[in-house]
Amino acid sequence: MHLAETANTGFLFLAPWLVFAPALGLLINIIFGGWFMKHSWGENAVGIVASLASGAAFVISVLLTWSLAANHGEVARWYLADWIHIGTLQIDWTFRIDSLSTTMMLVVSGVGTLIHIYAIGYMHEDVRFKNDVGRYSRFFVFLNLFIAMMMILVSGDSYLMLFVGWEGVGLCSFLLIGFWYELDTLGRPSWANSNAAKKAFIVNRIGDFGFLIAAFIMFWNFRSLQFDQVFEAAEGVAPGVILAITLFMLVGVAGKSAQIPLYVWLPDAMAGPTPVSALIHAATMVTAGVYLITRSAELYTLVPQAQYIVALTGAVTALFAATIAVGQYDIKKVLAYSTISQLGFMVAAVGMGAFVAGMFHLVTHAFFKALLFLSAGSVILGLERGHHHLAHAHHDENSRGKRKEERGEGTREEGEHFDPNDMRNMGGMRKTMPVTFWLYMIGTLALAGIVPFAGFWSKDEILLDASRHYPFIYWLLTIAALFTAFYMGRQIWMVFFGEPRHEAAAHAEESKPIITVPLMVLAFLSLVGGALNLPFEGFHNLGHWLEYTLHEVETLPLDYGVAGISTVLALAAILLAWLIYGRNPLRSGETDPLKRRLGPIFTGAENKWFVDEIYHAIIVTPFVKTSQFLADVIDGRFWHDWFHETVIAGTYNWISNIGLDRYADQRGIDAVANGLGSLAQWLSATLRKVQNGFVRSYALSVLLGVVLIVGYLILK
Amino acid sequence: MVPVNYYIVLSAILFTIGVLGVLTHRNALIIFMSVELMLNAANLAFVAFGSAIQSFSGQIFVFFVIAVAAAEVAVGLALIVEIFKSKRSIDVDQISSMKG
Repeated sequence: MHLAETANTGFLFLAPWLVFAPALGLLINIIFGGWFMKHSWGENAVGIVASLASGAAFVISVLLTWSLAANHGEVARWYLADWIHIGTLQIDWTFRIDSLSTTMMLVVSGVGTLIHIYAIGYMHEDVRFKNDVGRYSRFFVFLNLFIAMMMILVSGDSYLMLFVGWEGVGLCSFLLIGFWYELDTLGRPSWANSNAAKKAFIVNRIGDFGFLIAAFIMFWNFRSLQFDQVFEAAEGVAPGVILAITLFMLVGVAGKSAQIPLYVWLPDAMAGPTPVSALIHAATMVTAGVYLITRSAELYTLVPQAQYIVALTGAVTALFAATIAVGQYDIKKVLAYSTISQLGFMVAAVGMGAFVAGMFHLVTHAFFKALLFLSAGSVILGLERGHHHLAHAHHDENSRGKRKEERGEGTREEGEHFDPNDMRNMGGMRKTMPVTFWLYMIGTLALAGIVPFAGFWSKDEILLDASRHYPFIYWLLTIAALFTAFYMGRQIWMVFFGEPRHEAAAHAEESKPIITVPLMVLAFLSLVGGALNLPFEGFHNLGHWLEYTLHEVETLPLDYGVAGISTVLALAAILLAWLIYGRNPLRSGETDPLKRRLGPIFTGAENKWFVDEIYHAIIVTPFVKTSQFLADVIDGRFWHDWFHETVIAGTYNWISNIGLDRYADQRGIDAVANGLGSLAQWLSATLRKVQNGFVRSYALSVLLGVVLIVGYLILK
Repeated sequence: MVPVNYYIVLSAILFTIGVLGVLTHRNALIIFMSVELMLNAANLAFVAFGSAIQSFSGQIFVFFVIAVAAAEVAVGLALIVEIFKSKRSIDVDQISSMKG
């Protein structure tokens, strides 16, 4: 009996360590990080502790998955602690281990660990280019905190626990976007990075407001926030309630997963170091919204209207962001808009009820987008190395005598500000950085959806589901996929082919193995990730795995028509990109060839269709004006100057000066006190005359007293 | 037999003379004698009432009063002698150092 129980729970007892392992790592780095950094081996120690902490979370995820599989996907819970007990509301810190949460755990901790390892190499150079080596350990503390928070998010058993993680990852996102808070993306002193961090936080706050409202409606109607209890109760209430819950939840999803209209924070979030862009703003955190909808599948399937709105939001975002990506020059901004677009694909998928396709794309996207971002980071580092090299060579030639006084000043002070993110400064880098080039190619092909890379299978499954049920959305997504292939082709031709457009690109150096090896693992996963859920009879592995949680899963066979159209379109788009950017490579200082042909349309895409400006005009500026009005006129002049100073303080002063001081105090209380004193003086002055020292007058007093007493006794 | 009223009236007259003597004279000896007169007026009233109600208690009281008066005279005369030694006078109005 006891043995059987042990066998059933398996490794379930390890569930809390999903959170505690990264938490332990971050504590070690908080407490000992400063001491580590005093030694030559300090950076490696910090990085290894953080990577081991994240790796431990991955191992635990694998063990939990194994236990779950051995148990036929039976949902398992591991109660850790009481949290809120108020009346009938009972919310505990319970870990929920089912096929959906383990899938997320594996992606988060797996990709997260690879990015930790990559960051050891990346941050080593980044802190040196920015002249603040001491900040190295802080980065890994934040990364571990992020892993811990993400684990709370995916393993929570109630909407409230999920929300705790949801806010926690938002905090980590804020901290890491603003990691170089006193600089801008070019390393100049500025508040640009911290403004980007604030923007991300504030826009997410709008989304969180929607999530909270959804949670409040749930609590009001179901008296519970635990997933199973909510789903059970959901069938008994009016569809209008569920519609409200799901649509408010969509606001939260739009914030966290960067969908229209709240996507604007994600491109700015690229101000964070590249591993952050890969981990938080591409692979994991931004997919939390997709996870939330999948987790709430039972609510969304009750209201088809909400599903359609979700799908439409996703599809429009996918297309809109893809058009912007075409017009960007910043290598990371292209990938950022690509991420928004791909998140749009996922949201559209889960909106259509194709939860497996959405989750499948989430997993493969985590692989290839992390790969692309990290490779882009490698390119950026290569350029910085090239630029650094040039600056020093330059230095040696021209100012040999001045070296002494300028020693220790980094590239930051070199005058001209070189942007290592700008694709117009790149070109021809396949020769200088061959490993990165091939890794980038794999990521690009996976993202563009070319057979047999992972992205092909997952994107195709989404398109297939859309073509069956929602033809309009299918066409939106297909066009978005066409744009995807085009902007990735443009990027490849601009970055890696042609001639170097800047000396830094010509002198770029390949990155070290600590950076390229994690990329190779991700490249391998991007190559074979499609095997998770091949659309053939006998496969559909991910579908069957998620069926344990989602109950009804539609497994569609491969449709050669849909797959053929998307592949042909992708290849055509890449060919078009070659015609425009590959055949006649861009030269230094030249205008983008597409801009020459499309003119204002390209300018629109380049300027993000002026969405930020529109938001600024219709939301930010009126908001600031209103705040100023409220602060100055209402609060300052009306409440403070007039109401508080004049009315309250004035009345108080008047009452105390005139009423209380002059009348009550001076004439009332003082008069009584002084009167008592005067009376005592008068009495003593009068009575002292009685004590005159003449015995006979005393005798007379005695006589009078006797006469009085006797008289009283006789006459009474 | 003389009615008791007469004794009481005589007693009251004697007492009043004593009181007036105390109040009007400044000579300590005369005041002293006036006090004796008042005591003896009270003695007379005691004896008169004692005889009127056929009781000895009045006479017993009188013996006590006479004994106390003798003691008082002894103490009082000693005080007067001492006062005279220091002040060369027995005028009571001179003795006013306790004046408030």
